[in-house]
Amino acid sequence: MALAPSSTPTLTQTDVARIRSEFPILKERPHGKPLVFLDSAASSQKPIQVIDAMDDYYRRYHANIHRGVYHISELATEAYEDARRKIARFIGATAPEECIYVRNATEGINLVAYAWGRTNVHRGDAIVVTEMEHHSNLVPWQILAQQTGASLRFVRVTDDGRLDLRDLDRLLDGAKLFAFTAVSNTLGTVNDVALLSARARAAGAVSVVDACQAVPRMPVDVDAWGSDFVAFSAHKMLGPTGVGIIWGRRELLEAMPPFLAGGGMIGVVRLESSTYANIPARFEAGTPAIAEAVGFGAAIDYLTAIGMDRIHRYELELAGYALKRLGELSNVRVYGPDIDHRTGVISLTVGDIHAHDLATILDSEGICVRAGHHCNQPLMERLDVPATARASFYLYNTPAEVDALIAGIEKAKAIFKIA
Amino acid sequence: MNDFSGMDALYRDFILDHYRNPRNAGTLEQPDASFEDLNPLCGDKIRMDVKIRDGVVEDIKFKGRGCAISQASASLLTESIKGKKISEIDAIGKDDVLENLGISISAARLKCALLGLKVLKQALALKYETADEQPAS
Repeated sequence: MALAPSSTPTLTQTDVARIRSEFPILKERPHGKPLVFLDSAASSQKPIQVIDAMDDYYRRYHANIHRGVYHISELATEAYEDARRKIARFIGATAPEECIYVRNATEGINLVAYAWGRTNVHRGDAIVVTEMEHHSNLVPWQILAQQTGASLRFVRVTDDGRLDLRDLDRLLDGAKLFAFTAVSNTLGTVNDVALLSARARAAGAVSVVDACQAVPRMPVDVDAWGSDFVAFSAHKMLGPTGVGIIWGRRELLEAMPPFLAGGGMIGVVRLESSTYANIPARFEAGTPAIAEAVGFGAAIDYLTAIGMDRIHRYELELAGYALKRLGELSNVRVYGPDIDHRTGVISLTVGDIHAHDLATILDSEGICVRAGHHCNQPLMERLDVPATARASFYLYNTPAEVDALIAGIEKAKAIFKIA
Repeated sequence: MNDFSGMDALYRDFILDHYRNPRNAGTLEQPDASFEDLNPLCGDKIRMDVKIRDGVVEDIKFKGRGCAISQASASLLTESIKGKKISEIDAIGKDDVLENLGISISAARLKCALLGLKVLKQALALKYETADEQPAS
C-alpha cells in the first residue's frame, strides 16, 4: 500500500468538474459562500447516483428481504445481495459471504470483540493495539480485556506520527489479537497493513484492521493484506450512513457464535434452543439496512467507474499541494509524516488559535473542517496538543479549495493578530 | 473594520485579551469548593477553586484549556463573582454569561461559553451537598 507510482493516471480538471456536478450538496452556499467541504474523513458527500438508487428502491421495490416469495421482495433481496458481491469484489474478498453487513465499522469491530473475542480471549492473554487508534478500535478491546482478564499492550507512535515497530515482536509474543488502523484518521499516516498482518500471523495473533480511512481512498485487496478481519463504513466512501462491512476470513467467521440474535440468523428454532444460519446471515439478525446496502452498491459502482488508483493519486496530489501551501505560512504547524507515508488527511494548528476557533472562522467562509480530538484522545496526548483542525480531501475537492483553506487560515490569523 | 463577516465581532479584542491573559488563573491551596470538568466532544477543560467566607466568594481561581470562547467566558465569570453571595451565584444563568461575553454564540459553541458556569455550579453543589436546592445549571 505504498504511494502509487507517479505514472498512475490522476483525475483531470474535466473529470473533477463532472464529478462535482454529480454531488448536489456542492451547490449549497453556507453563509452565502460556496461550500468548501474538507471533512470527508468524517463523512463524505453523496453523488446523485447513490441518492437515486436509494430513492428508486423505496419507490419501486421496497420489501423485506430473504422472506417474501413475491416479486418485489425478490428484487430487494437481489439488490441487497448484489451490493454485497460488488463490495466483496471491490476489496478483493474471495467470497461475498465473508462480507458481513453491519451498521458501521464501529459495530463491525464490536462484532469481532464480542463474537470472536469472548470465545477466544481468556485471562492472561494479551491484546495488542496501537496508540493511533480511533476510539472505536480501542474501547472495544479495553472492554474485552476488562471482561476476560486479558491485558492490553500498545504499539507506540513516533514523533513524526508513525508506528514505532521496533518492539513489535516482543509486543506480539503470546498475543491473541492485534488491532490496528490502516490509515490514521487524525494524522493521515498510512500503515503497512500487509506487514503488520503478517507479523500478527507469525506470532499466532488474529489481525483486526480498521480500514475506515483506507477503503474510501486507495485500492484495497484484503487477500493481499493477509488480514483476518477488516472493518469499514459506507458513509465515508460516498455511500449512506447506517451501513458498513466487517470482512472476516471464512474459517474464523464460521467458528464464531452469533453476535446479535433474532430473526434471519437462525436455522431451526425450538423453545429451548436454536441452530444458527451459515455466514453471512448468522451475523445479520433482524431486518437490515436494505436501502443503505443498495446505496452502498451504487457508491461502489461510482468509485469503480472512476478507478481507485486514480482517486488515490488525485487525493495525494491535493494533499501535496496543501502541504506545500501550508508550509509557506508562518505559525502553522502540520502534524504527521511526510507525503510518502500519508494520505489526504491533514491535522494542523495555527499559532495559539484553538482548533474550534479556527473551525468557526473557517466556517464563516463556507469551509468545513473537523476540529477537536478526532476520537483520538491518546494520540493527542502523545502529540501534546489539546486539539487540532483537520482538513481531509476527496475526489470532489479542487486545488482552488486548498487556496480557499489557505485564505481562511490567513483570515483567522488576522483576527487573532498573529503574524 | 467589519470585513470579517461577524468574526471580528465574535473574537473582539477583549475576548482575545481574556483568552491570552485570563484573570484569576491558577489554583487555590485549600479551596472550600473545587471541581473540574471537560466537554468530552471537544476536550475543553476547566477547573474552578473557590474560597468562601460567610457565604461570600472571597477568592476564586480557574485553570483550563480550550477555545477562546470557553476560556474567556470562564475568566469573565471569575471576575464577576468575586465578593458575591453564594445565593447570587445560584441565580446566574445562561443569559447572564452571554450578556457578560457581549457576543452572539451559535448553538454549536454554546457549550464552550457555558462550561465555566457549569463547573462553578458543580463545585458549589458538591460543597453544600444540597444539589436539589441549587437551581439547575
